Amino acid sequence: MAERAEQKIVSATGNMMVTEAFRQADPDVVCAYPITPQTTIVEGFAKCVANGQVHTEFVTVESEHSSMSACIGSAQAGARTFTATSSQGLAYMYEELPIAAGMRLPIVMANANRAISAPINIHCDHSDVMGARDTGWLLFFAEDAQEAYDNTMIAIRTAEDKDVQLPVMTTLDGFITTHAMERAELMNDEAAKEFLGERTPLFPLLDTENPIAAGMFADQDSYFELHKALRDAVTASKPVIKRIGDEWAELSGRPFDFVDAWGCDDADYIIVVLGSAAGNARHQARLLREKGVKAGVARIRVFRPFPYEELVAALHGAKAVAVLDRSENFGGEYGPVGLEVATALYNAKETIPLKNYMFGLGGHDVTLEQMEQVYEDLEKLAAGTIDGSIEYLGNR
Amino acid sequence: MSEKWNTDNFTEWKAEDFPIGAVCVDGGNSVEYITGGWRAERPVWTQENCKNCMLCWVVCPDSSILTADGKMTGIDYDHCKGCGVCVKECKFGALELVLEADAKEAE
Repeated sequence: MAERAEQKIVSATGNMMVTEAFRQADPDVVCAYPITPQTTIVEGFAKCVANGQVHTEFVTVESEHSSMSACIGSAQAGARTFTATSSQGLAYMYEELPIAAGMRLPIVMANANRAISAPINIHCDHSDVMGARDTGWLLFFAEDAQEAYDNTMIAIRTAEDKDVQLPVMTTLDGFITTHAMERAELMNDEAAKEFLGERTPLFPLLDTENPIAAGMFADQDSYFELHKALRDAVTASKPVIKRIGDEWAELSGRPFDFVDAWGCDDADYIIVVLGSAAGNARHQARLLREKGVKAGVARIRVFRPFPYEELVAALHGAKAVAVLDRSENFGGEYGPVGLEVATALYNAKETIPLKNYMFGLGGHDVTLEQMEQVYEDLEKLAAGTIDGSIEYLGNR
Repeated sequence: MSEKWNTDNFTEWKAEDFPIGAVCVDGGNSVEYITGGWRAERPVWTQENCKNCMLCWVVCPDSSILTADGKMTGIDYDHCKGCGVCVKECKFGALELVLEADAKEAE
């Protein structure tokens, strides 16, 4: 078992903590374009480059489309490659995202979760990252600045692991987590660097002794099989994420779980949620527990690969479950998280009543009153007096 | 066939048989991919008219003009796609384009 390493308590925003993780990883290449509320990540990192704290080639590209393209070339060349983006920037990268995954390039990208236009809005929701959900990238969701750092450290190791070789998006909620100053613990540089190690590329394009061709054409005779290979790789990354997460947990003293199951052991009513809103849900759950209501919160920290078993284990025994979605699925009944939870429960033959809510879109205020309403609804749902159809939480 | 990569049973490969990232793990092997079957028209070379000016060799986009000792020796029909650029550029009437179907029939 690894010994707990020395850490420094810092006052930092989520973006500052991601920058610190990037600095400690000392990437070979960072290709980035600014966009609110991600900008301070790459701005902070550009200062690290200017100050000689890292040995990075910082490529100031003209767009996110170019940013991800440059990342793909760089990662295939063999370089440890990072970037960061948000919202429209992530959308502009969309064309390249499945290419990075299909070519199995371990690019690490921080995404500041932000609403997608129109109307234009710079605040938090998950519609940008959920738009990139099915691209073959691993997706991590941080609740706070500390976890933005921890997830980024785990993401770098996971992406570059010889058994994974996949791009990882490590996400944090726009403004709420990216810009709020919090107490956080920063690993000492030596231990962080030892944990991260160096990238050993599988097929580096710059290895002229072993020439390769990358970005191949695959016809009807192989495209289908190669997609199966990518699906298998994403699924198989789960035990590796667990091993690396546990290793980081031992080193840092902060637990790692695919699903942060608060009070779920004996809970009657559970809220499933991603990211920063889990804090509100837990606070309300605590208040309700003081009144004797057995409330719980299951926060999903790793969304791809999706932790079906862990989630079912957390929800098992509950009388009713609410899923809070922060991105739309217009014309469909449930949002992306709701769909996954329904799939998890159905396949596990669980018949727990389920209700789905849209909340906090475009930074719409997420309040304790809303959480209270959800827990009240769950009692009605368990009693069968309301149904599980989707609702806009706190909408006028 | 590459020593590093035996693709004989390619069409029977399962997901796990492919190199990670669908990388082609050897260089310079596109020659193994026979693309001549795409051809609708075929350039036919008449050696006695040829002055070995090599203009066709310069313009051929598929490196399908075969040469030896600085002289043209023929056309690589395994890879020539019949674009006709060589025929268009030939100044000496040494190349003409015929329908592939007619050429096959004449063989």
